[in-house]
Amino acid sequence: MQEMMEKRALELLADGTVNRVLGWSVGEFPYDMTPAVFRSAEDLKDRFVYNDFCGANLSKYLIKESKGEGKILVFLKPCDTYSFNQLIAEHRIKRENVYVIGIECYGKADVEKLKAMGLSGITGIQMKNGEYVVETVYGNKTVKASDATAERCLSCKSKKHVVFDELIGEDGDVVEDCNRFDMVEKLEAMTPDERFAFWRGELSRCIRCNACRNVCPACSCEQCVFDNPNSGVAQKAAVNSFEENMFHIIRAFHVAGRCTDCGECSRVCPQHIPLHLLNRKFIKDMNEFYGEYQAGADPDARPPLGTYTKGDREPNEGGNK
Amino acid sequence: MPVTEYKPKIVAFCCNWCSYAGADGAGSARLSYPAEVKVIRVPCSCRVNPMFILRAFQRGADGVIIAGCHPGDCHYTSGNYFTRRRMTLLFSMLDYLGIERERTRVEWISAAEGAKFSKTMNEFCATVAALGENKRLEDLRCKK
Amino acid sequence: MQRIGVFICHCGTNIAGTVDVKAVAEALGHEAGVVFSTEYQYMCSESGQQLMRKAIREHKLTGVVVCSCSPRMHEATFRKAASLEGINPYMVEIANIREHVSWIHKDMKEATEKAIILGRAAIAKVHLNQPLQAGESPVTKRALVIGGGIAGIQTALDIAEAGFEVDIVEKSPTIGGKMAQLDKTFPTLDCAACILTPKMVDAGQNEKIKIFAYSEVEAVKGYVGNFNVSIRRKARYVDETKCTGCGLCTEKCPQKKVPNEFNMGMNNRHAIYIPFAQAVPKVATIDADYCMMLKTGKCGICSKVCGAGAIDYKQQDEVIERQYGAIVAATGFNPIDAKAYNEYGYATCPDVVTSLELERLMNAAGPTNGTLLRPSDNEHPHTVVFVQCVGSRCTETDERGKPYCSKICCMYTAKHAMLIREKYPDTDVYVFYIDVRTPGKNFDEFYRRAVEQYGVHYIKGMVGKVTQNGKQLRVQASDLLAGEQLHIDADLVVLATAIEPDKTARSIATMLTASMDTNDFFTEAHPKLRPVESPTAGIFLSGVCQGPKDIPETVSQASACAAKVIGVLAKDKLTCNPCVAQSDEMLCNGCSSCEKVCPYGAISYSDKEFRGPNRTTLIRRVASVNPAVCQGCGACTVACPSGAMDLKGFSNKQIMAEVDAICQ
Repeated sequence: MQEMMEKRALELLADGTVNRVLGWSVGEFPYDMTPAVFRSAEDLKDRFVYNDFCGANLSKYLIKESKGEGKILVFLKPCDTYSFNQLIAEHRIKRENVYVIGIECYGKADVEKLKAMGLSGITGIQMKNGEYVVETVYGNKTVKASDATAERCLSCKSKKHVVFDELIGEDGDVVEDCNRFDMVEKLEAMTPDERFAFWRGELSRCIRCNACRNVCPACSCEQCVFDNPNSGVAQKAAVNSFEENMFHIIRAFHVAGRCTDCGECSRVCPQHIPLHLLNRKFIKDMNEFYGEYQAGADPDARPPLGTYTKGDREPNEGGNK
Repeated sequence: MPVTEYKPKIVAFCCNWCSYAGADGAGSARLSYPAEVKVIRVPCSCRVNPMFILRAFQRGADGVIIAGCHPGDCHYTSGNYFTRRRMTLLFSMLDYLGIERERTRVEWISAAEGAKFSKTMNEFCATVAALGENKRLEDLRCKK
Repeated sequence: MQRIGVFICHCGTNIAGTVDVKAVAEALGHEAGVVFSTEYQYMCSESGQQLMRKAIREHKLTGVVVCSCSPRMHEATFRKAASLEGINPYMVEIANIREHVSWIHKDMKEATEKAIILGRAAIAKVHLNQPLQAGESPVTKRALVIGGGIAGIQTALDIAEAGFEVDIVEKSPTIGGKMAQLDKTFPTLDCAACILTPKMVDAGQNEKIKIFAYSEVEAVKGYVGNFNVSIRRKARYVDETKCTGCGLCTEKCPQKKVPNEFNMGMNNRHAIYIPFAQAVPKVATIDADYCMMLKTGKCGICSKVCGAGAIDYKQQDEVIERQYGAIVAATGFNPIDAKAYNEYGYATCPDVVTSLELERLMNAAGPTNGTLLRPSDNEHPHTVVFVQCVGSRCTETDERGKPYCSKICCMYTAKHAMLIREKYPDTDVYVFYIDVRTPGKNFDEFYRRAVEQYGVHYIKGMVGKVTQNGKQLRVQASDLLAGEQLHIDADLVVLATAIEPDKTARSIATMLTASMDTNDFFTEAHPKLRPVESPTAGIFLSGVCQGPKDIPETVSQASACAAKVIGVLAKDKLTCNPCVAQSDEMLCNGCSSCEKVCPYGAISYSDKEFRGPNRTTLIRRVASVNPAVCQGCGACTVACPSGAMDLKGFSNKQIMAEVDAICQ
């Protein structure tokens, strides 16, 4: 896969279709593939990587990059294309400045799962034939790749690319029974006390590092309302413990109808808070109350919070048990 | 220490055209409701930002109620329809977090419905008072 | 820091009876920024206002809080008083301690505490108040009426009567609309042409009225007082200024096989035509779809016979731009297509007609010259069956029909039944109905006359099926009152088809940013109190485009609409509500979330240059609000994730300050 992508990127650079490439390179750690812009063939040959650890959604970077000179090539996995489309709908990306290559994806790996197997001090990971040879300072260990598949990929909602200029690999379909709302349903089935205990356990770990906000393609405001001293809710120093709650609820509300459920928020949370469960709650409610809606699937669709019907349900009716 | 009866703090956001007038109507007709209810006037129920509601809870409110024109009667034609969707989602989310759903409410009260305003506020106050102090929102983040 | 004055009103004993006003004045006097606090018996009285004005002068107040009755009562009074002392009126806030405190609470301690808290909230808000200036915008003293039916004509005549210019844009070659096609009108049975055509002539001759017939609105820009409208004047291939309407061309034209839309396609007209004798403007039009000259370049007879030299085969569509202060939608209606109703055989049986077709069959200028003959064989029908509610009052899920009552069908069917029985007493007339709805002056009397004097058989029940049975039509129906199935052999079946808004209405509504309901009727600004205005400022509604109406109701609404338009045009300048939304360009993402929830189309986007890092410039799409169009609901402020959109006078910070003060 990496060879094909690199070859195509080099061709497009060479024929002048694009003047730079947005992809991934190796970051701080061998399992940490980080988004990178390559401006020359040499740079690309030197640093470009693509493997199972390239989970990062590149679409958000295009807000800035698509405003630069010339066209940029970007590689988008199926789920990333939804974010891309949503940003197009919000006029954040200049489509004409982007050349999209859709790449097939059958799930990305989550290093946390390797760590959970007791692997620490990882110095390198060799990937082949559905297996990872994890090199650690304590020696090598071979694990099945499927055992390391990220949670979000296990409930993948779509293998279809909703937007692309060309494809490398196969285009898949929307996954009808992806079971992505299972956990939300499980929570809904709990008593309020149990739910409260669950969320207290989760949200109490928040350190307000803003990683979720920084990675989220929907959280792409010029300036976050929580950073704006004139908004009345800016938080330099937390006045009380409530503010993180407010941040997460408001953040989820602000991305409701715009969140494509890419799962990046939970992926990057250093405290492993399942933030996607907040977004999925809104998605599930909107689907149930106002009809199926997938943000990013159709850039011309009317988002649930941008429209209404006269017979909408009443707020007091409630949704949970 | 004398035992004082617990009195909840309640914030009522009322749209200028219907519900605020309905509240005035309740006053004109001397239809009482608990003094714990304090009304904030907004042009339309759709002006109520979820941030205001959370802010009220943050600052110690025990219940928040939003009152607007009946669907179809909005002074701005469609404002309350958006309120309805937003608040449906927000309330469902608060419930999902384990916060008692009885603490938040939306009612459609026309300018002519002073009696409904008073009745709604009496009921809402009683419901919130029965729940007691709102600790949960604050506690969500509480580190043991 | 503001210098705030607090004034507590006793309202006689209305407030002072339950609220310890002195304690309130004392407590609020200690609030930060409050430099003066007092109470007075009647703040709204002349002396109360003088007291406030004196305090503003002496204490150099920058903000005022009045604790009194509802702001809905005296906000304007106190704002005006404050502005007389040079304080911006929007620096005044009212704490409602009468309706919301003294009148509903009996316990003085409790009421006093609450009054203090409400006072604090008002003070907190005033601290964040900004002086607001109500903008002004000039008014173009001309109105546009879209649609030249009876609604549009009446509105235009009334506006012209008040001395203002008004343009009518009509998409067909003549004004007159549906009413021109009607034979007689209920409940008086006077002929439609006799009462309509004089109005058409009045409109045509009025020097204040300009008629753009055979024209369509193509684009609308601007806002109340300042609309700029592009009108497409479709090519008639006849010079309107030269044509005398003599009609010679229409007689000589060799292309005679064009379905005549005025007679519902029941006879033919020529390719060059004048829709009907009383058309206004009385000018010929060439139907380009049928004209041999335009299609093949061979013919040119009309040009040869035209003494005025008005024929111009080279004429092109022309787009003109006109400015208006107000726009009236009078786009009217059409009957729905009855073809979808297979069970009534409309598509297959020639003797199943719609009510509007029957109007033409009974009209002296119609295809049968006013003699009622059935279309299949031009024979006299002896049994006529009317089917009510075809496509009206359907369930929401019925895709063929409409959920609403078309309102006019019960009355025109009674009219038709009565006219047939009067002219042809040997004819049996049956009417199948769900309900007979006859509210309206002299309407029920009219219906009863049809039943009692003219012996029309009204049968409560639905028609199930109409099939061709030899020369006749077999009507299967149920009589709900008798509880039996009926079979009637009829010669003519008339379907009272539902009416629906004209197909062009939706695109016009989009151009006008006027809202519509799910049935494509225009929505009124308030269903009871502002029934002839659209929620979009400067857009008014006349006639059936707002909902089904009969002629008397249409005319009254048209005149009401004119009165509202005149109200706008009579002003030289419009004062805008200053409490409108405002977008902070530095924060705006240009994501269009706000635009989607704006009922007025007040938000637009443009690319603006910003300074980026390292002396670069960044171009960003940002929202801006047109303050003349925005009504200040605030829907956009919540849709905006970044908080760039805020509402003046009710800003996020102001409301949160009130929340804080109340929850303290």
